[in-house]
This record gives sequence, C-alpha cells and structure tokens, in this order.
Amino acid sequence: MSDTHAHSIAFVRDTEIPPSPPPAGETGVVKWLRENLFSNAVNSALTIASLLVIYILLSKTLPWLLNGVWTTNSLAECREVLQGKTGACFSVLTERWNQLLYGFKYPSDQYWRPNLALVLLLFAIAPVLFFDLPRKLLAFTAVYPFLAFWLIWGGTILAPIVALVGFAAGAFVFQTYGKSSFAVGFFGAIAAAFAVWILGGWLIPEGASENAMLKAVPSRDLGGFMLNLMLGVTCVSLSLPLGIALALGRQSDMPLIKWMCVVFIEFVRGVPLITLLFVASVMLAYFFPPESTVDLFLRVVIMITMFSAAYIAEVIRGGLAALPKGQYEAADSLGLDYPQAMRLIILPQALKISIPGIVNVAVGLFKDTTLVSVISMFDLVGMIRGPILASTEWNGVYWELLGFAALLFFVVCYGISQYSQWLERRLATDHR
Amino acid sequence: MSTLTDPPNENFRLSMLINDTRYRSLTFQVIAAIVLALCIWYLGNNLIQNLRAAGLNISYTFLGDPSGYDINQRLVEYDSQSSHAKAALVGLLNTLLVAFLACITATVFGVVAGVLRLSNNWLVSKLMAVYVEIFRNIPVLIWIIIIFTIMTAVLPGPAAFRGDNATSSMLFDAFAFTNRGIYTPMPWFENGIFASTAMNWLLVLAGFAASWFAAHQINVWANTKQEATGVRPKTTAMILAAWLVPFLALMLIMGLTWEYPELKGFNFSGGIKVGGPLIALWFALSIYTGAFIAENVRAGIQAVSKGQTEAASALGLRPRRVMNLVVLPQALRVIIPPLISNFLNITKNSSLAIAVGYADITATLGGITLNQTGRAIECVLLLMLFYLTASLTISMVMNVYNASVKLKER
Repeated sequence: MSDTHAHSIAFVRDTEIPPSPPPAGETGVVKWLRENLFSNAVNSALTIASLLVIYILLSKTLPWLLNGVWTTNSLAECREVLQGKTGACFSVLTERWNQLLYGFKYPSDQYWRPNLALVLLLFAIAPVLFFDLPRKLLAFTAVYPFLAFWLIWGGTILAPIVALVGFAAGAFVFQTYGKSSFAVGFFGAIAAAFAVWILGGWLIPEGASENAMLKAVPSRDLGGFMLNLMLGVTCVSLSLPLGIALALGRQSDMPLIKWMCVVFIEFVRGVPLITLLFVASVMLAYFFPPESTVDLFLRVVIMITMFSAAYIAEVIRGGLAALPKGQYEAADSLGLDYPQAMRLIILPQALKISIPGIVNVAVGLFKDTTLVSVISMFDLVGMIRGPILASTEWNGVYWELLGFAALLFFVVCYGISQYSQWLERRLATDHR
Repeated sequence: MSTLTDPPNENFRLSMLINDTRYRSLTFQVIAAIVLALCIWYLGNNLIQNLRAAGLNISYTFLGDPSGYDINQRLVEYDSQSSHAKAALVGLLNTLLVAFLACITATVFGVVAGVLRLSNNWLVSKLMAVYVEIFRNIPVLIWIIIIFTIMTAVLPGPAAFRGDNATSSMLFDAFAFTNRGIYTPMPWFENGIFASTAMNWLLVLAGFAASWFAAHQINVWANTKQEATGVRPKTTAMILAAWLVPFLALMLIMGLTWEYPELKGFNFSGGIKVGGPLIALWFALSIYTGAFIAENVRAGIQAVSKGQTEAASALGLRPRRVMNLVVLPQALRVIIPPLISNFLNITKNSSLAIAVGYADITATLGGITLNQTGRAIECVLLLMLFYLTASLTISMVMNVYNASVKLKER
C-alpha cells in the first residue's frame, strides 16, 4: 500500500502551509460593514436612508449648537452677536439659570438650602438604592424627610422635630408590642404617634416661625425643576407603602376591603391625572374643614400620591399573582400569621418581581409632574412657558429652553431606567 | 384506633372576635365599614358646610345655559349661543377625534419602529433604539409644546404665500403648511345620492362594509373548495375586485371632486383646515406613545421562540403562512393587551390638549365652562365620569379579547 505510492509522488510536503489571510472582503471593517449594513439591497437602502436622516439632523443642529451664545442679556443682543448666522442663544439658560431651577419667588440668598437638601438626598437615597452599603446608613434616610422639610420650607425646627418624635414613638411602640400581636402593635403605634403630635402641637409656641433660624418660605414660592424633583421624590416614596397596602387589600378574602380597594384603583386609573389635579386645585378645598387652609402643594401631593399608588398597586398585584401558590401554602404551614407571612415570605419575592414595573411607574410619575404647570404652578415647564417666554428679553427663545427641559428630564429618567436594569441583574438570584 | 372527639362546645367570648379566624375577618370588615362611613360623613359634612358658607349648591341646570364662547375646531354645529352641554359635546367629540387619529398613527409608528429595531441592520436598529429612548424619557407635555411651537413659530404665515415672489409655496398646489394650521384638499360629491354630506359618506362606509363581507365570503368559498378538492382557487383578483369595484362605482356615480385650498385675502379658504393645536396634540401623542408601542411590539416578536418558526418551516409552510398562522397569533397575544392600555393612555393624555388650546372636553367642560360658571364640583365630576366610561369601555373590550385569545388549557 505504502510502497506503491512511494515512487509515484514526486513531492510530499512535510510541513503545514501557514494559513493565508482571509479575503479582503471577509475581514475587519469591510466584513462588519457588509454584514451589518449592506447585506442585501433592502438593507443597503435602509442604511443610506438612515445616514441621510442623521446627516440632515446633524447639519441642522450642529451649527446651531456650536455657534451658541452664552453671555448676553437678551435675545436682541444675541442676534447682534450672531449677525444673521445660525446659532443658539444659550444665554437664556445662564441668565435665567436660578429661575429654571428654583422658580422665580424662592429667596435668592437661600438657594443653598435646596442645594444642600439635594446633596443630602443623594446620601439618604444611596442605602435604599444600593443595598451593599452598610444598613446603619438607613438611620439617616429615616431622618432625611424631616431635615429636608426644614431645609426647604424653613421656619421653626420644632415642627419637624415633633413630627419625627411622633414617628419614633410609633416605631418604638410597634417594636415593643408588635412582636406578640401585630394588631396591638400597629394600632398602638398610631395612637402613640398621634398623642405625641397633639402634645407637640401645644408645645410649639405661637409665631415660632417668624424669628426662626431659617427664614420660612411658603409653598407657593417653590418652583422650577426643584418643584418637579420634590413632587417626584415625595409622591413616589409616599405611594409605595400605599400601593403595597392597596395591592394586598385587593387580594384580600374580605369582600368589603377587597371592593374598597378595587373601586379606588379602577377609579383612579380610569381618569387622567389632569382631572385629579383639577380636583386638587378647585375641588379638594371643599372637603377640608372650613377655616382650614391646606396649601396647593400639599393638595397636589395628595392627589399625585393617590394616582401613583393605584398604578403601583396594580404592578405589585402582578408580582403577587406571579408567585406560585406553594409559597403562600408554605408560609401557612410554617404557622406564620398573615403579617409575618407577608413580611417574611411573600412581599420580598413579589416586590423583587415588580421592580421593573415600579420603576416604570416612578419614571412616568416624574414625567407627569410637569402637568402641574396646567394648574398654574411654576415648575420647570411652567417657568418656561410663563415668566421666561413672556418676558420682553427672552420672547421667542423656544428651542434652547425646551431643549434644556427635555435634556434634564431625559438625564434623570434614563438614569433611573438604567438603575432599574442594573438592579434586575443584581437581584436575579435564580439559576439560568 | 384513635377517635376524633368534637371540640369542646365553647360559648362565644368577646376575645374570639379578634383571635378566632372565623370571626376575625368579620370584625375587620365591620371596623373598615365604620371607618369608611365616618370618612364619608366627615368629608360630606365639610362639603355641605363649605358650600353653605360660599352660598353654592350642587345643580346641573347650568348645562342648559348659553355658553357664550366660541370653539374653532368642531365636528358638530356650535356657536356661542349654544348651551354648555353642547360645548361639552363638542369637546367630547374632539377628544374622541384626536384619540382615534393618534391611536392609528401611534400604532403605525410603533409597529414600524419595533420591527426595525429588530432589523439586522446595525445602523437602523441603533437609530430606532435612540428614538425609543429619547421619546420615552421626555414628558409628553414637553413634546406637545415642542411640536406646537414648530406649528406656530416656524411655519410661515399665510401672507408668505402671496405675490409673485412668495417665500413659501404650496406642496403640489394642494397642501399649505401655515402657522394657522395645515390646509388639505377636501373631497366632496357633485351629485350625491343623499342631500347631506354625512349621509353620502355613510354610504361610502356601507360600501366598504359590503366589500369586506364579499371578500370574507370569497375566502370562505375558497376554503370549502380547498377542503373538498385539495386545490385552492386563485382569489387575489376577486378579492381586489370586491374591495375596489363598489368603491370606484360609488365615487363615479356620486361624482367625487376635490376642493383645493386657495389663498383669499389674508387667509386660505376652501379645503380642510387642520388646526395647529390638533396637529401638535395628534403628532406628539403619536410619536410619544409610538415609542412605547415599539417596545411592546419588539417584546412580542421576541417572545415567539425561534423553534416555532423553524417547526412551521419544517412542516413545509411558506414564509407568509408561517408569519400568518404561527408567529403573528402568538406574538399578538403578547402585544395586544399592552397595546390597548397604550390606547387608553392616549385617550387620557389627550386631556393635555388644554396646554395648547385644543378644545377637547377638558378644555371646554373642565376649562372655560368651569371658569365661567364656577361650578367646579359638577364640571370635574362630569369630566371624570366621561373618562371613566371611556376607560372602562376600553378595558372591557380588552378583557373580552384576552379571554378569546387565552391559551386554552385543560
């Protein structure tokens, strides 16, 4: 076998040929372009159309952005500087920066207060968002709402302290008695908190706000992007517990409680937020006791909280429904009562499933805070459409202002949704 | 052998109300009912006292009073002497109009963007991702204002179309884009069968319904024939004829003509005028909701596993039938429920019309009527009633649909 061929073959290669490089069309950039952009006629047409769209967009916006003027005092001056060239007049942003962020009535020597509140917010929210951080930091988160209230609204420090002590008393009572009986602890905590608040109300002297350390700022002086942020943060954090309660209520076996929750949720989800804001601005005052004055900010917070609580309740109901029935039965067979089963077994899993939905609601809610401009509150959009565009200096500077508002909202909302995706990956404890 | 003894016959004790599961839920419900009743009584009492103090009462007679304001964009006859109820009706129809238009265009945008986002063309899919992220993360109110600004501040006034060296010109001599709105040609019938235009259009609609029925019958006939003989008759031409012939015949008989908008004096006249606020609202709602629909469409298509397509191909189905019989029915089951809730969002977001002055029901009933009559409670309640009815109707339709496409499990 081997001998017959030994003499018939003139040459036998005894080493391997080095691999030759792939054809030029199959490597690097060319291959990528061919596969991803020009794989067939339709794709090529789409690519060219997209390039055209990108070119048109850039050729319109780039000169406008790059020629931007940042240091003038009115639109007329901007036009003088530009002398007929295309260019943005970003000076409206620098000149009206404070108005865009804080509204036009917040005392300008007090801007450090909302700034400080914002910085502290980041510290307070960090242990909630990133749970690798030490749990002790949550103590600051618990104090933060009262601190922020005092910083932004000013006035006497006694009011937030009394509120804080009330909550602390409630928490203490719940810790002490909640172990043996949830109901006793729960209702005892509410009673204790109210007792502290009523007592504290007597203790705060009349007119304590007038000569307080921080000048009192009424709610109607809040405005700008600060108002959007405040509404968003307050309403989301208030509506989470309310939404959980509504979702549990909707799952309850007690028909009366179930139907109360169903009617509330379906009603709120069925009407647009604007009508609820109308309720806040023109109707809600009729339902408070006569002689009481509840300011518009609080009324709006109540209505937006109700609104987002209904949506969050539906999201959490989805999470509860997604849990296998075995989880409920296992909790029952361990002898846990309802609050324990919910707290230890059901809610941690259900909330984990609902995170993307809750974040969606939060982003939607934050975007919806712009609607308060319709009921003449001066949030970012309200400031732009009202005082700034109506002023003689800046009448007609649409794109810079609207683009700025769009950019601010984009950054915040995109950031939140990226965080939610990170959290989903982080919490994925199941094996795939 | 163990025997079960009956539990000792206890007498009812008060502590059983909270400790015995048989009575506990009853106790809680009674407490809840009392709390609810107390809340209603408290709020109602405040309301009565406040109304008495302000010298008001709850009454809906103001709806019959003349409204005293004009509405530019209207679908039915209305003038300032008409009643507030008529104004509310005009607003209601305007809401339905913009919601209907926006639902259609948002679906088109969403489906196109969602499909293109899955394209294997890198540039196109990235472009669509950018579209979705930008539009989802910026409030719809800002989009409405931006597009309204384009409509009013960027487009030329009618005067720019006049003269020999006009700075603007009409598209195809038929469409004029001005800062007062967009003018398009209006179709009308020279010798309509009925006297009123609406009846003629209804006739055209009836013609379409007849076409649909005929096409359906042709399909049924083709299916029976295929089952009987194994050969499917060619139906494309017949179905095309069923759709086109009645329509073209009606158009010919009634003499369809187009009325073109013309520049007369200071403004355009003739044709259909679509006002700036309507365009802004319609377009903004469409692109904003389109971004959400795109994500739903993408998720729906990705939810159909590749094995399904491959299995269908292995059975010898052609690509079109694979799409129609295997992929779409499964993808639609995922896409339709969120799609309908997006339609619901469009309807509710159309209430933002008030920001650009489009006369929808929020702007008429909840805006001008409320401010003129001061009947805040009545107006807001009527407004909520309308939106609630619309939402509940849409979600009822959704539930019926969901039940019909649900996986039939045994």
